[in-house]
Amino acid sequence: MDIISIRPLLAVLMGMIGAFFILLAGERHKNIREFSTILASVAKFLLVFSMVPFVFEGKTLVYDLITLAPGLLLEFKVDTFGIFFGVLASFLWIITSIYSIGYMRGLQEHAQTRYFFCFAMALSATMGIAFAGNLLTLFIFYEILTITTYPLVVHKETAEAIKAGRKYLVYTLTGGVTILFSIAFTYHLTGSLDFVGGGFLQDHGSKNVLTLLFITFILGFGVKAAIMPLHEWLPTAMIAPIPVSALLHAVAVVKAGVFGCLRVILYVFGPALLHELDLWWMLAYFVSFTIVVSGIFALVQDNLKVRLAFSTINALSIIILGAALLSPSAVKGGILHIANHGFMKITLFFCAGAIYVKTHKEKVSELDGLARQMPFTMGSFAIGAMGLAGIPPICGFISKWYLCLGALEAHEITFLFVLLISAMLDAAYFFPIIYNSLFKRSQEINPTFNEAPWLILVPMLIAAIISIILGIAPDAFVHFFKMAALIGQNTLH
Amino acid sequence: MSHSPILIIIIPLISSFFVPLIGWRKKNLCYPLVVLALFISSILSLYIMGSVITHGSIYYRLGGWEPPWGIEYRIDYLNGFMAVIVSFISFLVAIYSRRSGEQELPDRIVHFYCIFLLLVTGLLGMVVTGDMFNLYVFLEIASLAAYALIAIGEDGALMGSFNYLIMGTIGACFYLLGVGYLYIVTGSLNMNDLSQILPGLYHSRVVRTAFALFIVGLALKMGLFPLHTWLPDAYTHAPSAVSALLASVMSKVSVYIMIRIMFTVFNPYFSIELIPITTMLSWTAGIAILFGEIMAIVQPDLKRMLAYSSVAQIGYIVLGIGLANTMGLTGSLLHVLNHALTKGCLFLGAGAITYRRGTRDIRQLGYLHVEMPFTMAAFTIAALSMIGIPPTCGFFSKYYLILGAIDARQWIWVIILLLSSLLNAIFFFRVIENAYFKPLGVIHESSYDRGEQEEANEVPLGMLIPILALAAAIILTGIFSGKIISTIIQFAIPEGI
Repeated sequence: MDIISIRPLLAVLMGMIGAFFILLAGERHKNIREFSTILASVAKFLLVFSMVPFVFEGKTLVYDLITLAPGLLLEFKVDTFGIFFGVLASFLWIITSIYSIGYMRGLQEHAQTRYFFCFAMALSATMGIAFAGNLLTLFIFYEILTITTYPLVVHKETAEAIKAGRKYLVYTLTGGVTILFSIAFTYHLTGSLDFVGGGFLQDHGSKNVLTLLFITFILGFGVKAAIMPLHEWLPTAMIAPIPVSALLHAVAVVKAGVFGCLRVILYVFGPALLHELDLWWMLAYFVSFTIVVSGIFALVQDNLKVRLAFSTINALSIIILGAALLSPSAVKGGILHIANHGFMKITLFFCAGAIYVKTHKEKVSELDGLARQMPFTMGSFAIGAMGLAGIPPICGFISKWYLCLGALEAHEITFLFVLLISAMLDAAYFFPIIYNSLFKRSQEINPTFNEAPWLILVPMLIAAIISIILGIAPDAFVHFFKMAALIGQNTLH
Repeated sequence: MSHSPILIIIIPLISSFFVPLIGWRKKNLCYPLVVLALFISSILSLYIMGSVITHGSIYYRLGGWEPPWGIEYRIDYLNGFMAVIVSFISFLVAIYSRRSGEQELPDRIVHFYCIFLLLVTGLLGMVVTGDMFNLYVFLEIASLAAYALIAIGEDGALMGSFNYLIMGTIGACFYLLGVGYLYIVTGSLNMNDLSQILPGLYHSRVVRTAFALFIVGLALKMGLFPLHTWLPDAYTHAPSAVSALLASVMSKVSVYIMIRIMFTVFNPYFSIELIPITTMLSWTAGIAILFGEIMAIVQPDLKRMLAYSSVAQIGYIVLGIGLANTMGLTGSLLHVLNHALTKGCLFLGAGAITYRRGTRDIRQLGYLHVEMPFTMAAFTIAALSMIGIPPTCGFFSKYYLILGAIDARQWIWVIILLLSSLLNAIFFFRVIENAYFKPLGVIHESSYDRGEQEEANEVPLGMLIPILALAAAIILTGIFSGKIISTIIQFAIPEGI
């Protein structure tokens, strides 16, 4: 049932309104600027949160803003999948905002107004992606996201950062035009771009045409989803400030790519068509390659953030694998992993940031004995790392459990092994860090308690604690688990 | 108000005679007169557009003479739309020209205004007229005015203007020859009349030659590759207000005439089926897009880069005409509007940068966003529109052109259009990168601290307002492009496509 409501539009606009006030306050009124960031993020979260009950009642909130072209609307539609992503991103924005303030002030960074402005705009775009009712609306916000995150990547303004920014643009804009082509082609074939649970492309176009279309879609969205070999930009973009890496390069931007892939798999093509075209296993093998190789790459990275980036690449492909398997448990696990990975990875990035603010160390090899100086930070790090390796009772276990079940449901034992190997690799590249920080000694690190400022510590601990709570009670808070199950039901009929 | 079709031309024309008279005694009064004249023209063009939408096409007989003997002005959706674009952009550029003119041509400002109004007169005349020869008259008025306006620019402008003079005159001659040929076989100069008579003569060599002459002449006038050679020099060295007007409006008027001749004077059956002109246009346009953008990438001079980008953008529009289907022409007409707004904004922005910095070298634009935050914001929006990032308007025309190419099953244009987005991104982000993220060479040591504290030093409001208005229009046109298409453009597409 559709209800017309302006709430999705407001949720999208909230970031832009926040951005406007951030610009207005500027460098002169720092506190007002930071206050507007927090206020916008809280307001946005509450708006998104207020839409959750409708979704569970089986209703869809719809808002048609304007006709972009005959038959094409700029349309917001809050379905289960949209609200899932929306709640996740808007909640993480709150804690990242608090963290950002601590981080930026702690390091006395330059151009903070630009930073907060772009951050707010990027979140606006993320909400637009989450609530987009059709491919064109999604694409519009997808491109806005690209543009607004570019200044964040170049934030340091060094030659290296500018180079990273160029790389980021080359990859994401190329992905963008590939998506644009796919969208135009879809429109040419069907005359419609509206998402339909279970897909709407069936019986439009020949087998070859649809196969080509699927490939271009996945290649387009695969850039932001960092599927290998399209992943190169992500480790390079780690030059951005840590809150950016935490929220945008672990949740908003990359998950937007994943979100796009999943929309295409579940809402444009649909399970039936993908089975008919025999495309699902091709995609599954394609991302399995990424899952294993990115894990191996992560092993040899000495820069902590880059190691985390490869771990993100790994997790993103796991999510897509879940959707590609097209069995109920796999889809459920994959979608659940969007949220679970979000919380765990943001914890890890927050830890990396805390370490950087306090000690200015970025390399894995320099963290020996750090647990004595920063026990909370390294404790949170251990929680995030163990969760990603799939150790209960942290939430990563739940999603991986369902993914493994899903692989069995699909009668594909290969992918079960892929998932298990990836979990082992996760352990292999995270546990030495934990071990060394606990048991090794280093001259450079002072073994007395000296933690990061509380503005950094609190968001980090919140993220870590939520990772555990979601592991013990997956349906806590906004019922992520139930939502993931619903999405599976709505699309896999 | 029934005389409004002629009034939008007469008002700037008469004013251009008064400008030197008034400027002789009081220089300061010229500017208000110019702005007022163009303001009235803009309002009238809106009024005309409104009455076309409500009552259908307007037929105006000059002096009450019956067509086809007398001159008839005939305004439908297509040229009503063009008249609005031309008059509004000229109005904004006129507002801008005061302060930039003070700096660039301090002692020639009166002449500048006089010729500027003549140029607008010519452009509006070409748009509203329904008579082939009358069109030629206005074409010459506009061209001569443009040669003069370019020539009063900086060093090198004379040479650029001379090149343009030669090429433009050849183009105009071709057009005139075409008109002559048609007159020989039909005895008529009225477009509507011609469209009735010509179908019977489509196999006549004379008619076909005339058609070829029209196309080549107009391609010269609009700067379509490979006849673009005059364009970069002319746009680079002209005063900034003039570059903006030429790039955004003058080339579009030639495009309009091309559409008019191909699909109204001759019918679509002739232009698409009988003569392989659409294929040829598509190919030249496709090459123009790639050529213009690759040349733009290597230009160190901001205005020259924009000039080459114009060569490419003309390619976009002509490609839409070459596709000759509904989607393609929709994209083309939408791009006429979008490119007028976008390139206008970019050239005015480039002018503003020159005004403050005194240089147009892209590598020396460091920290411009601190010095000129609003200009750079507008410039960035326009650049994004050129690249085709939604929700700016440039995205939507590109989207329709891609749809048109897919509908025509011509994949090569799809690829070129997509590739051109990326090429655009390369040269526009080069500017953005330099302006936002690179410090000025000399002061880079402490530039971070400087950057936070440096006071903005924006251009005067008279220059800033037109730039910001165009930037706002870029976003609004993008968001409301569906509305624009459903109220105007879909009716402006010639019948039979």
